[in-house]
Amino acid sequence: MNDMTPERDERAANLKGLGCSRKRVEDARFTQGKGNYVDDIKLPGMLHGDFVRSPYAHARVVSVDKEAALALPGVVAVLTAEDLAPLGLHWMPTLAGDKQMVLADGKVLFQGQEVAFVVAEDRYIAADAVELVEVEYEELPVLTDPFEALKSDVVLREDLAGQTEGAHGPRKHHNHIFTWEQGDETGTNQVIDNADVVATESMYYHRTHPCPLETCGAVASMDAVNGKLTIYGTFQAPHAVRTVVSLISGIEEHNIRVVSPDIGGGFGNKVGVYPGYVCSVVASIVTGRPVKWVEDRMENLMSTAFARDYWMTGKISATKEGKITGLHCQVTADHGGFDACADPTKFPAGFMNICTGSYDIPTAYLSVDGVYTNKAPGGVSYRCSFRVTEAVYFIERMIEVLAIEMDMDAADLRRINFIKKEQFPYQSALGWEYDSGDYHRAWDKVMEAVDYKGLRKEQAERVEAFKRGETRTLMGIGLCHFTEIVGAGPVKNCDILGLGMFDSCEIRIHPTGSAIARLGTISQGQGHATTFAQILATEIGLPADSITIEEGDTDTAPYGLGTYGSRSTPVAGAATAMAGRKIRAKAQMIAAYLLEVHDNDVEFDVDRFVVKGAPERFKTMKEIAFASYNQAIPGLEPGLEAVSYYDPPNMTYPFGAYVCVMDIDVDTGVPEVRRFYALDDCGTRINPMIIEGQIHGGLTEALAVALGQEIAYDEQGNVKTGTLMDFFLPTAWEVPNYETDHTVTPSPHHPIGAKGVGESPHVGGVPCFSNAVHDAFRPFGLRQTNMPHDHWRIWQTANRLGLHD
Amino acid sequence: MIPAAFDYYRPTKVEDVIALLEEHGDDARVMAGGHSLIPMMKLRMADIPHLIDLQDVSGLGGISIEGGRIKLGAMVTQHELINHDGLAAAAPILRETALQIADPQVRYMGTIGGNVANGDPGNDMPGLMQCLDAQIELIGPGGTRSVAARDYYEAAYMTDRADDEVLISVSFAVPTGGYAYEKQKRKIGDYATAAAAVQINKNGGQIASASIAMTNLSDVPVWSESAGAALVGTGCDANAVKAAAAAMLGDIDPSEDNRGPVAFKRHVAGIILSRAINRAWERA
Repeated sequence: MNDMTPERDERAANLKGLGCSRKRVEDARFTQGKGNYVDDIKLPGMLHGDFVRSPYAHARVVSVDKEAALALPGVVAVLTAEDLAPLGLHWMPTLAGDKQMVLADGKVLFQGQEVAFVVAEDRYIAADAVELVEVEYEELPVLTDPFEALKSDVVLREDLAGQTEGAHGPRKHHNHIFTWEQGDETGTNQVIDNADVVATESMYYHRTHPCPLETCGAVASMDAVNGKLTIYGTFQAPHAVRTVVSLISGIEEHNIRVVSPDIGGGFGNKVGVYPGYVCSVVASIVTGRPVKWVEDRMENLMSTAFARDYWMTGKISATKEGKITGLHCQVTADHGGFDACADPTKFPAGFMNICTGSYDIPTAYLSVDGVYTNKAPGGVSYRCSFRVTEAVYFIERMIEVLAIEMDMDAADLRRINFIKKEQFPYQSALGWEYDSGDYHRAWDKVMEAVDYKGLRKEQAERVEAFKRGETRTLMGIGLCHFTEIVGAGPVKNCDILGLGMFDSCEIRIHPTGSAIARLGTISQGQGHATTFAQILATEIGLPADSITIEEGDTDTAPYGLGTYGSRSTPVAGAATAMAGRKIRAKAQMIAAYLLEVHDNDVEFDVDRFVVKGAPERFKTMKEIAFASYNQAIPGLEPGLEAVSYYDPPNMTYPFGAYVCVMDIDVDTGVPEVRRFYALDDCGTRINPMIIEGQIHGGLTEALAVALGQEIAYDEQGNVKTGTLMDFFLPTAWEVPNYETDHTVTPSPHHPIGAKGVGESPHVGGVPCFSNAVHDAFRPFGLRQTNMPHDHWRIWQTANRLGLHD
Repeated sequence: MIPAAFDYYRPTKVEDVIALLEEHGDDARVMAGGHSLIPMMKLRMADIPHLIDLQDVSGLGGISIEGGRIKLGAMVTQHELINHDGLAAAAPILRETALQIADPQVRYMGTIGGNVANGDPGNDMPGLMQCLDAQIELIGPGGTRSVAARDYYEAAYMTDRADDEVLISVSFAVPTGGYAYEKQKRKIGDYATAAAAVQINKNGGQIASASIAMTNLSDVPVWSESAGAALVGTGCDANAVKAAAAAMLGDIDPSEDNRGPVAFKRHVAGIILSRAINRAWERA
């Protein structure tokens, strides 16, 4: 029955289902300026909010004088912590079990912290009024270094004074947040102490920022008559926002509607709950009018959700043949003034314990200390699953350092240590069960595609030419083999604020054979409306073009935990397939009834059910849809609808092998990416064109982070990179040509075998670009130099190695 | 990013511009392309109660090449500089420089007059104007006057222009010989980490004259007379280039910023200048 005849092929092609490079249905409106973003929302009588922010990184707020601001015509209200306190809203819970000031309550802990919220008739008046609010500060000593913070007598969080127990266990110091340990410390130390070879290295993964093109914002509208609160906002998890708002405001959840309209990029920046959201809600309740708050670029970079800022020290041991025996990782994590990391509750350092990477490392230990400093709160997963970029950077640098220690080729060292295909499902030393992989196949394919041996030969010749004074350009070959862990996740160990991280899909088939499906996720540019329709098309046999995908409105969409950590396809994509299968199961019964045969005598065939052995007798899904609305079928309810809530049995583990060839001008420090080869294995491929786009985007953000993008502070806690002049956002000009490739190792537990791909290129790209810089200088003795590898830092590396006259 | 309130004027005659400047003094500023001033206003680093837009003022545009001199009206955009065939032939260094300023969208708006007048050490045209020994023409209540680009810049954003004067054109002799504008920057749209403008005249295998100016390596553009002098009479050999770079380093005074520390900037300034000299020599 399943032989692929041309006629069947044609029917399958018409569906534009799995594997089709279907054009993105979203692009028509985005490319024509017809998107509907938060800042496009204008409600009758809407007011505008703007923040008075602290110019100091650490200071006591002595007084706030709002008289002059209130006297400005058009100013409706100026809110301070004092105004929010009676409602209990001057502080709010964070996703990490800490609490955060909504408006400065007696002191400020970072530059740009929200001090007062001005509400005015228009955006311009609000901005003018901000200037008129007079705040008196008394400066306090500033701590920007987490190691100093752990030694300092200065107490940053006076509200926690005397609390020796935090949300994640004991606190060792008044500026300490938690210690998170995984693995076997004693065993790991023993292995390392007795190993043939040990390499030790420390590295800093600098603070950066997701910097989506659209900044964060919200429009809150409290209807005083019917008691309904509507919030439009840049939310990567609208249902979670609804629940949180209900819990902290006391408004019943059915009276809250949260809408995420079109979102202009998230990359983790829009997972957190920010003071601006809370203030717009409160201001709307207080004024009885809708209130809009949209941050500007500087506010976005300075105050909403940084990423990374991990100080990592590693020890890796191996036999003299190069087989890795143990890994020890200690992290000091700078969380800023409040612990507002966006991680599943039980994972205060995210999935940092994926730091054994793609390698079969029998013994490992990880310890992470979270620390308060005078920097902005956050710690989100910027285009990666929770802290996975940090983990992969760590292990991919440690592999390189071990290769240097052993005077080995880093590609050979990787190959010796990859988890073998037959070892899957693989139980890692730090507690994960890798679902599937075929690392050797992917690696060998890439090595051959780039002619790795030829590249090494060319590099050696270049070094000789450099030494002879014939060139001032060095060549680096960056390698990376990464394993992501995405699709959070199983409810048994993943929740956010007590909400299990399942996801959902609800499908309604219309009488004429088209459909709408609603999901608990929310696209921020990933193309969900395109790809989820493709999953369904293949599952239910209706064309993707006839299926509308809707997300983001909590009044209509089923409950879900949103989109981040590449979880949409692994979790909501699975729910979509499962809901589709429920539709198909009912359709089978309807078809059997219509064809007057037993249920088991029909089978699904692309877009129809056929009688087994008699393919000329069939009912198309379109016919079945209509029948479901007009036939009184004994034992079956009318209609054709289904809903699925999917709790994945495991995470998925996409992987990939990347090579970057880079030329570095030793005199100016300018790096030029000559070639970038990226092989990704994300399991079943839903839309190859969208995957390609995801890879290009993720690699470009990786290039940015590796080569220049940072949130830098001076010693007084002033942000030095608060605009796009200094914060590196690459343009088409800076982006190299990428070559993409793939293998397919389906996830064994996912209904369609898909693994998620949006973040892989970022996770794998950062160490690959960084390793290329390191590799260029390896012949001259470089072991480790911290990112970002901007011109002056590369120049400084060359200078320290004595490569300038 | 919301500017403070301001009154907006769009006069059509230079006299009206001068009258507004006289009336409002310090509180008024003229705006050409606006790509420096508007961001400053949005950041509230510049408070301009009276903003005078020069777009409709007649007589401030136009490119002329006559009698061995090139004259550029203040409102000539970078885009126009790049696309003017006569200019590309007469002074190709202008095109080479303009192409390294910002991005096409900015270059459609950004003007030579704004770039030269503002006194922003990051702007590329001031250094180039010094290299070309341009004359800057200003008009004020007392009529017009001319000042050499090499004398115009006093400190960051401080120039010889009085508050009630408007820059109306720049002019310079048609340059001869080889040229190069070399710029290192972090990305498209960035100011220079270091940039060098070089014009070289060659005579009988030797450098007859050389003019060198550096951008963003001090609080003003730096015309390095000594660097040019170090090249004259040489065959532009490695030692001569080295001597010119060393002389230039005596004239610049870079400060540390996000582009890097002083030692890096000084090193890169030497490298960028050397490359510019070598390229100009090849073209001479």
